[in-house]
Amino acid sequence: MIRPPHLPSPDKILTLDDLTVSFDGFKALDGLTLSVDRGELRCIIGPNGAGKTTMMDVVTGKTRPDHGSAWFAQDVDLLALSEPEIAQAGIGRKFQKPTVFESLTVFENLELAIWGDKSFWKDLVARLTRAERQHIDDILDVIGLTAERAALAGTLAHGQKQWLEIGMLLMQEPELLLVDEPVAGMTPQETARTAELLLSLAAEHSLIVVEHDMDFVRSIARRVTVLHEGRVLADGNMDQVQNDPRVVEVYLGA
Amino acid sequence: MIEQDRAGAAFLVLVVAVAIAAPVLNQFVPASSPFHLSTYSLTLIGKYMCYAMLALAVDLIWGYAGILSLGHAAFFALGGYAMGMYLMRQIGPRGVYGDPILPDFMVFLNWQKLPWFWVGFNHFWFALIVIAAVPAALALVFGWFAFRSRVTGVYFSIMTQALSYALMLAFFRNDMGFGGNNGFTDFKDILGFDLHADRTRVVLVVVTAAALAASYLACRAIVASRAGRLFRAIRDAESRARFLGYRVESYKLWVFVFSASLAGIAGALYVPQVGIINPSEFAPINSIEAVIWVAVGGRGTLFGAAMGAVLVNYAKTYFTGALPELWLYALGALFVLVTLFLPRGLVGLGARRRRAVHGAAAPVIWALGSHVGVSLGSKLK
Repeated sequence: MIRPPHLPSPDKILTLDDLTVSFDGFKALDGLTLSVDRGELRCIIGPNGAGKTTMMDVVTGKTRPDHGSAWFAQDVDLLALSEPEIAQAGIGRKFQKPTVFESLTVFENLELAIWGDKSFWKDLVARLTRAERQHIDDILDVIGLTAERAALAGTLAHGQKQWLEIGMLLMQEPELLLVDEPVAGMTPQETARTAELLLSLAAEHSLIVVEHDMDFVRSIARRVTVLHEGRVLADGNMDQVQNDPRVVEVYLGA
Repeated sequence: MIEQDRAGAAFLVLVVAVAIAAPVLNQFVPASSPFHLSTYSLTLIGKYMCYAMLALAVDLIWGYAGILSLGHAAFFALGGYAMGMYLMRQIGPRGVYGDPILPDFMVFLNWQKLPWFWVGFNHFWFALIVIAAVPAALALVFGWFAFRSRVTGVYFSIMTQALSYALMLAFFRNDMGFGGNNGFTDFKDILGFDLHADRTRVVLVVVTAAALAASYLACRAIVASRAGRLFRAIRDAESRARFLGYRVESYKLWVFVFSASLAGIAGALYVPQVGIINPSEFAPINSIEAVIWVAVGGRGTLFGAAMGAVLVNYAKTYFTGALPELWLYALGALFVLVTLFLPRGLVGLGARRRRAVHGAAAPVIWALGSHVGVSLGSKLK
């Protein structure tokens, strides 16, 4: 394993250095360098094709970069791990489209998301412990789905599915949460509720939120990174970013 | 789930009732009585129950884990061949050529010595191990490569179909040592009991019923476990399960292996009752039929799958007697109609309509269509 020239500093939860990914000549990421602090809530914005989803794919092990390094905390080389290993290491990912297990109940969805060593043989005889039940109940409370615990996930409203998926990630007790377009297709009330939920999580977890909805980003963001053509174009608080002429040109102004 | 438990209990009661009633009606009711069950019908019931076990095996992986195997007849046939090898060794010197060790077909081929892979089949216990172990081993190797490479959906189905077809061609060859296109037949006895005696037949049916009930309970236990819930989760959203930290391929592999050995056991029970096993049991159409039983009965409900196997085969027995040319068309039409109008199978008729299990029907229709086409083509030649 090749170590980076200097280890990531201890206050970083994620350190991406010079990541390059090309698909048939198209550079989805082009030397992306980015780091996120522990406990930070970072919003990432950028026009279509800027590399937001590809970045998440690299961090979660779905796509391998041609070049560069990706470190989780100080000592986990993400490029050497498989998707389940990265999940076990403490990175949770919420997909753009709500992805829950539709033919299982809300409770069962959370049960399957329990953190721990997972194997077919263990799961054949696994029983919920009292503590695990309590944990599920707590998460149900956090995501506001206590009343729907016995409902099939497929019958939930769009917003509720998004919250359930976030709840499933929380069951994993991840250190870092990657959240892809959490409010796409949500009603204003659902959006407000989601902003509240994400803000409440930011203290205990580090979050990276990719989102198109500018009002939503403004309502939660402390620090915003703008991606463009696979690179960081601008970085700072919402006002700085919005007034950056380069950003205005490629994204906000368009 | 609760509504399924109730129907499952009813299914178990039915199996037990058959296991009691069939022997009584065959053995103790005089042949002149209208309630007498002929040995022919008794054997038919035994055969249907073997098919029901195969249906359970298919439903476990297709209905729950979303893995559509179009090659399960191969595992069924392998179990059948293993049992057949034991039955052939049981014939001993009573064969046409009277060789105490070599089965007739080997004498006919001028073989001097029993091939190594036939050693041990004079022991029943050995055959029992092979019956479950060989299908399981094949499923383990095949599944390991397929799931590890993330082969899913229709590609997996086509590969299983090819596997079954390749095995059929291999078993057709005389020098494979499995009797070529004649396979094995003319069995004499099992564990010293005459296979042609009614009493032996009765015992075989009772044993099959017990095996069917045990298979149902085993599948039910898997489905009701957390692993079983994960299978449905994989079916719904495989990548979500992977990002939750599950090694999805290993879960798929183990359920595939279990399902294959279950199919093998069903095949082993089938062979002594029908009295023959030959390479046509590997025919791709057999695997497709098994999938259709499950779809007709109700995918994702174990008892539905088992009942589907019995009902479709009952219809098949009738049709192939009355209108043999039409059977394949009737089967195809049945499948298309069920897919279109009863996405949850016959079980869905009784239950209130819930979300349909999403259709993985396309590959089956495709495969069935190609078979109908081929059979039509060969008739026109």
